[in-house]
Amino acid sequence: MQIETLLLMRHEMVLVIIALIALFYEIFSKGNNKQKFIPIFIGIYFINTIIGFLPQSEGTIFGGMFVLSGVQLIMKNVLNIGVLIVLMQSAGWLKKAENKDNMLEFFVLLISTQIGMDYMISSGDFLMFYLGLELATIPIAILAAYERNKSKSAEAGIKLILSSALSSGILLFGISIFYMISGSIYFDEVATFMVNPNPLMALGLVFFFAGMSFKISLVPFHLWTADVYEGAPISVTSYLSVISKAAAAFIFTMILFKVFGQLAYLWKDIIYVLAVLTMTVGNLFAMRQQNLKRFLAFSSIAQAGFILLGIISADKIGLTAVIYFALVYIFSNLAAFGVVGAVSNFSGKETIKEYNGLYKTNPKLSLVMMLALFSLAGIPPVAGFFGKFFLFTSAAQGGYYWLILIAVLNATISLYYYLLVIRAMFIESNETPVPNFKSDFFMRTGIVISVLGIFIIGFIGPIWDYIKVVVDSF
Amino acid sequence: MNILSLLVLVPVLTVAAILFAKDNKQTRLFSAVGMSIQLILSAILVYMYVTERQAGNMDQMLFVKDFVWFESLNFHYTVGVDGISVAMIALTSVIIFTGVFTSWEVLNLHREFFISLIILSTGVFGFFISIDLFTMFLFYEIAVIPMYLLIGIWGSGKKEYSAMKLTLMLMAGSALLMVGLLGIYMHSAPDGGPLTMNLLEIAKVKIPLDVQKFLFPFTFIGFGILGALFPFHTWSPDGHASAPTAVSMLHAGVLMKLGGYGAFRVAMYLLPDAANELSWIFLILTGLSVVYGAFGAVFQKDLKYINAYSSVSHCGLILFGILMVTKTAMTGAIIQMISHGIMTALFFALIGMIYGRTHTRMINEMGGLMKVIPFLGVAYVIGGLASLGLPGLSGFVAEMMIFVGSYQHPDVFHRTLTIIAITAIVITAVYILRVVGILLLGPIKNDHYLELKDAKWWERLPIITLILSIAAIGVAPFLLVDLIGFSLDPVVEKLLMIH
Repeated sequence: MQIETLLLMRHEMVLVIIALIALFYEIFSKGNNKQKFIPIFIGIYFINTIIGFLPQSEGTIFGGMFVLSGVQLIMKNVLNIGVLIVLMQSAGWLKKAENKDNMLEFFVLLISTQIGMDYMISSGDFLMFYLGLELATIPIAILAAYERNKSKSAEAGIKLILSSALSSGILLFGISIFYMISGSIYFDEVATFMVNPNPLMALGLVFFFAGMSFKISLVPFHLWTADVYEGAPISVTSYLSVISKAAAAFIFTMILFKVFGQLAYLWKDIIYVLAVLTMTVGNLFAMRQQNLKRFLAFSSIAQAGFILLGIISADKIGLTAVIYFALVYIFSNLAAFGVVGAVSNFSGKETIKEYNGLYKTNPKLSLVMMLALFSLAGIPPVAGFFGKFFLFTSAAQGGYYWLILIAVLNATISLYYYLLVIRAMFIESNETPVPNFKSDFFMRTGIVISVLGIFIIGFIGPIWDYIKVVVDSF
Repeated sequence: MNILSLLVLVPVLTVAAILFAKDNKQTRLFSAVGMSIQLILSAILVYMYVTERQAGNMDQMLFVKDFVWFESLNFHYTVGVDGISVAMIALTSVIIFTGVFTSWEVLNLHREFFISLIILSTGVFGFFISIDLFTMFLFYEIAVIPMYLLIGIWGSGKKEYSAMKLTLMLMAGSALLMVGLLGIYMHSAPDGGPLTMNLLEIAKVKIPLDVQKFLFPFTFIGFGILGALFPFHTWSPDGHASAPTAVSMLHAGVLMKLGGYGAFRVAMYLLPDAANELSWIFLILTGLSVVYGAFGAVFQKDLKYINAYSSVSHCGLILFGILMVTKTAMTGAIIQMISHGIMTALFFALIGMIYGRTHTRMINEMGGLMKVIPFLGVAYVIGGLASLGLPGLSGFVAEMMIFVGSYQHPDVFHRTLTIIAITAIVITAVYILRVVGILLLGPIKNDHYLELKDAKWWERLPIITLILSIAAIGVAPFLLVDLIGFSLDPVVEKLLMIH
């Protein structure tokens, strides 16, 4: 095997090197030196994000186990940007006294999960897919339990690991049925068996669906989400709800299109039902939440329902819309999580009531939060509007007008609870508001990048067109 | 730079300028300057439009500029105007101009107030200049969302409830609209060409009747909610009553017209067959709006509620005229948009000023105000007379044309509905004269009122501007009719072709 072909795994290799750097630093550093590593690490990661955009050849290695084409490249870059923002937003939290001894673990584990996601996205067969998925899941369970002195955090970790073990089992069962019928685990070869589907294949598909639905937390497989999101540290929650979800949605979409394209008539109905359930239930639960982390958890469940609208049309516009929406969603949700994290780091306040009167003391943070929530609700001119509009356009392509109506009505419902937060910040008064404060440099940069993303992405048409061109060649 | 894009750019720049304002005075100075420029711009636009037409330019839309936005989906930023949009732009700039002056004394979070107000107007201007459905929808939503903050923060009464109700109902409207617009988009190229959102392109296409029948209710109700279509009007009284003065003016004056304009421009123009087939349902609903709104106004005691219900009635008349599909009625409907916009802005401005002095809006608690604040009193009477359709003022022209146009239909159904709708005029007279009688005439009920001061210059300026506009339309309606007449033809022709 030649070096050039190995370079197809450039994204993963660079990430491995970064993880190793962090590990070695852990070994050789003493005491307070660890704090100095945060800016260095973020700097290194920033370089990695830029390297990701360098031109890259396409192809397959390991006999088709690992595939790289333009689409996978875009997806990995989207994830890179998201992780960069997450890292920036967690800098301040890592510096806290109780975390600073094992902060390097945080970096190593975080990067490991991302390596897993990258492999998962690039997988060409079910084995690589499953390996990547597990590598992406297990370290995140450790991260969820990162705050060892808090029982809620430990609870989050154990809940996450148990539910993902269960879902992996279900998923594996589905995959083994595919193997049983086709005698192969390669996506291409399994796909050839879909022309004359065996009833067992449908059963396998159902298991596969259930397993993946756990990972993306679609209703009715969402029950683990809220507790995990609430218990885990905010940085981990934002990582889980944004990066993990986007990666899982990417691979889910690709496998459905690539492997089960012929069975679309079967899974379209499932997607229809799941989309309606996910959006509606996610919204109804989000309405009642007081804790902002739980609130964002349920809102992110509802958002996952919207992503399904891009899948249901099973065409290229749909895949483009999914990637585009994920990009927008990363910026919007991370902006919201950034604000929640900043406020929580400073004051420990996390409920909506405690945000009353925030605009009077922290106008900039409140404005960021408002923009982020508007973007999540799909209000123009911020990017969320465009993301949703294109998802709906792709669903309209398939003629799903009633589904679109349900989805937009759900967007209206979601606007209701987003407005509750905006009301708390702008309209309600409070005797003990969160005092004015200034967060650290990295947190501010992270938030500024997110806000710029929210503002700019929609107005730059070529972003969408570029993704579309790449997807067309997929 | 295209003059139409300037209409969007100037408010945006004004907002940017306000961000750097140091205090209250600078904020309102910047707003006033920005909106004055906007007013001048729209006057220039009217002039340019008229000269262009006189020079014999027969294009349906003038000053068209087109930028590709999302190439692969064929979404564009396309702007262009015809007579109707020019008239609406002129209306909007008058109202936002006067709105800034009536908000002269907003002190609480003044910067945020003016920013939200002007962002709202940006959306409205953008909506009226768009001829691409995507841009149009985008601006439509931009116009709606600042209402939440404007009512929620600076409103009065049960403001949080009203703000939420208004926002959610209008957003539900845009949900319906989204389905309608995407449906139109998907059927915009039956021959397999690229799909388009461009109004003029879609108008050339014949969408199958069953598709039209499916999409028309979505589109019409979607816009109709904003136009206070019965039974989706309930956001309007609460919203108007809780909103601060300038917001009520802008909202009843302009934003509700977005509904009528959109229903006309998108639902009727692009889905003409379905419009003809289904218009009877909506005629009944709008007829109900007209009469119900008028009755509702009779039973209210709060000045703002009275005017809000009267707006439901008058805006119902707009949709009523549009659905009648005769050129006279449609012309009337367009004039009604302008006329009601100015009239209701005048009312809300006056109510705001009276409330600022008496600190109550209940008509029973006031009386004899004519003696202490004659300027405001006289202005109120003029507005009232315009509202009940006194010849020589704008309301008469609009309503006359709508009813005459509606009665041109030979069949019993349309004529009966017309007669029912006409009764609203009588009811309007009842509530207007009742308010004038109780509020302005009679003895002064409260000694404290004797010390009230009449309007200051920044209050007189908007009121005089509005009254002059009402009178101008009333005296010389032919100017307006000429302006919009040519632009109505393509729509009316398309609708009548099927008969």
